[in-house]
Amino acid sequence: MFRNNYDNDAVTFSPQGRIFQVEYAQEAVKQGSVVVGLVNKTHAVLVGLKRNAEELSSYQKKIIEVDSHMGIAIAGLASDARVLSNYMKQQCLGSRMTYGRAMPVDRIVTQIADRAQTNTQQYGKRPYGVGLLVAGVDEAGPHLFEFQPSGMTQEMLACAIGARSQMARTYLERNLDQLNESSRDELITHGLRALKETLSQDKELTVDNTSVGVVGVSGKQGAGKIESFKLYEGQQLLPLLEALERSDAGETKEETMEVDS
Amino acid sequence: MASIIGHNPHSNSIGYSFSQPTNAGNKEHSFYPYTDNGGSVLGITGKDFAVLAGDTRSTSGYNINSRYVPKVFKIGGDQETGEGAHILLSVVGFAADGLALKERLDAVVKMYKYQHGKPMSVRACAQRLSTILYGKRFFPYYVQAILAGLDEEGKGALYGYDPVGSYEREQCRAAGAASSLIMPFLDNQVNLKNQYIPGSGEGHALEAKKPEPMPRDTVEQVVRDAFTSAVERHIEVGDGLQMLIITADGIEEIYHPLKKD
Amino acid sequence: MNHFPGTWGRPRDDVYGPYDASYLRSTGPKAHTQSPAVTGTSVIAVKFNGGVAIAADNLASYGSLARFTDVKRLRVFGNAAVVGFSGDVSDMQYIDRLLESMDIRENYSAHGNQLNAKNLHTYLSKVLYKRRSEFNPLWNHILVAGFDGDKKPFLSSADLLGTTFSAPHLATGFGAHLAVPILRRLFPEERPIDEITKEDAVSALRDCLKVLWYRDARSLDKYSLAVITHEGIEVQEDQQIEAQSWAFAETIKGYGAQVV
Repeated sequence: MFRNNYDNDAVTFSPQGRIFQVEYAQEAVKQGSVVVGLVNKTHAVLVGLKRNAEELSSYQKKIIEVDSHMGIAIAGLASDARVLSNYMKQQCLGSRMTYGRAMPVDRIVTQIADRAQTNTQQYGKRPYGVGLLVAGVDEAGPHLFEFQPSGMTQEMLACAIGARSQMARTYLERNLDQLNESSRDELITHGLRALKETLSQDKELTVDNTSVGVVGVSGKQGAGKIESFKLYEGQQLLPLLEALERSDAGETKEETMEVDS
Repeated sequence: MASIIGHNPHSNSIGYSFSQPTNAGNKEHSFYPYTDNGGSVLGITGKDFAVLAGDTRSTSGYNINSRYVPKVFKIGGDQETGEGAHILLSVVGFAADGLALKERLDAVVKMYKYQHGKPMSVRACAQRLSTILYGKRFFPYYVQAILAGLDEEGKGALYGYDPVGSYEREQCRAAGAASSLIMPFLDNQVNLKNQYIPGSGEGHALEAKKPEPMPRDTVEQVVRDAFTSAVERHIEVGDGLQMLIITADGIEEIYHPLKKD
Repeated sequence: MNHFPGTWGRPRDDVYGPYDASYLRSTGPKAHTQSPAVTGTSVIAVKFNGGVAIAADNLASYGSLARFTDVKRLRVFGNAAVVGFSGDVSDMQYIDRLLESMDIRENYSAHGNQLNAKNLHTYLSKVLYKRRSEFNPLWNHILVAGFDGDKKPFLSSADLLGTTFSAPHLATGFGAHLAVPILRRLFPEERPIDEITKEDAVSALRDCLKVLWYRDARSLDKYSLAVITHEGIEVQEDQQIEAQSWAFAETIKGYGAQVV
């Protein structure tokens, strides 16, 4: 019945030094639909592919605004993500209340990482079955963090998690140099293109199944130094998808020109 | 002797140093947790707008603490810029309680938006504010609050409160140190109390003027007049007039200097 | 002697009356601060072009007794702010410990998200408000000087009730009556802060401290002065009020009807 004797709880090591329940939780992340995150010097972008469980149902939420300077993209168990994002939201409000300052991104990521780690070390607990990409800005600029059920977190330049995310990661690795120098809109396009790479043949990005979140530094001095987290969904996505199409068309043209020469 | 023998060992009336009930009466606290920081606020509604205004003086007794401490706040918007807010709150009385109340309501409105995905209606917010105030019925927020916004039909909405949460929707309301000076003026100028149509009759046959929503510039002028007059007759009012006007287009802020004497 | 060990070694109840164990109670009403004990008097501060100057004397009084004459009432927080305390000295030391531990905690952050003076003031005002709401106040009136998130000079006050306000010049205690009018005359609020130099600000504070020394019975002629600029925080803790003029004292001939 069991795959082995060491996966009955999340607190027991196998003789090979593995904790199977944590690894299973990471499998749950891999089954979630893909989300992509990327940063340049001024902005952090999250892009997600939304799935609907059946034709009749609505699409699952993939990107959640946590505070005006931060948002998360989720892959895995959406309900676990909701609990985590509620916690993050509370902490961010708390920081604004007690210090009058936006929660530094690395700090909140460390906090959820500590919570996730506790779940892997206390008997009777279950690891979170969700991976997150946390995008936000603070005094040091834009940041992107990856969060895994194990409690592992890493700051990333670009990242993709979820089903078929390897294709997106390959794209991001190939275009890493361009990302850093790109403009806000180019960064979104790169994100969308990375997301598009993961799609199977018969699918494409539409206003229904795509979700984009952007946050950044506005370059202005004083109040409103940040460009607040903006979530693009539904018809708001049209210009972004059109920009993607235009840039795809431009690229193929470039390629043919290269062939010509 | 009898007192020693007569002891029931289970009663605590012997001289144990621990868990000894004393008949010493409850200590009286000489610390008084409230103060009055003076100032006045006033709100008036129109057909498609609401104005909420307050002076910016902060006092302690006969001292002027500061000439610019705003009493009117945007609720539910960005922390620094107030962007995205659609409700106004003014608090007058004990400033520390006022600030705490404002921050609590602000957090509630933000959590509402986060949980329900839509902004809180002014009606709902008004009810919630009442609940918050009544929640501290036996250690009240020592403030008179006024809430303003646009209702579901886009009309100006204004709610006036007492410190423990009684509230009603009104056309206009003055609160604070000079409310007894301003409110009768508003009764006469906004609700047209004691104003009759000339020549419409004698004695009881005189026909009263019907109050109608006033245009915005008239309202602003009434607010300015109310405060310049209050400054003349009340020492706790002065320095500056902060006026916030909420319309379908957003919130506009106007500052007018007042006499600083 | 009876067989209740709890009573052994205690004055006999029948001779001395029942032992008053009320101070040992762990239940029932808890004694909170009802009034301050050892106190510091005024703190005064002014914003100037590119910074803030703040000063307080070095005295801690026990009622009318000048109890401790070398108490530093200006506390430095990291490299971001100076907090000036008036009111209860033990509560000041408690708050100072809070700030110390917070400063250490903040320095763990790798991303340079340091708390500025404005954040610190918000935090302290919340601490004070929370304690007043528990009917257990921290008996202080504090001034926080430093810079806000936009690197502009920041000066704000918070008291034992949690009341907060901000102005170009502030003073606590007696200084609110004696120093603020002087500062308001020297630096009218309409005048932009850019026109006030550091030297103007510092000499104004020294003048104010002299007036306070003349007129505030709980003040001292030894004081501390801190200047916060973008270059850093400069604290001088053993200043002396110079050029005192007591000539006027000779002309005072008692009070009321005495004229000779």
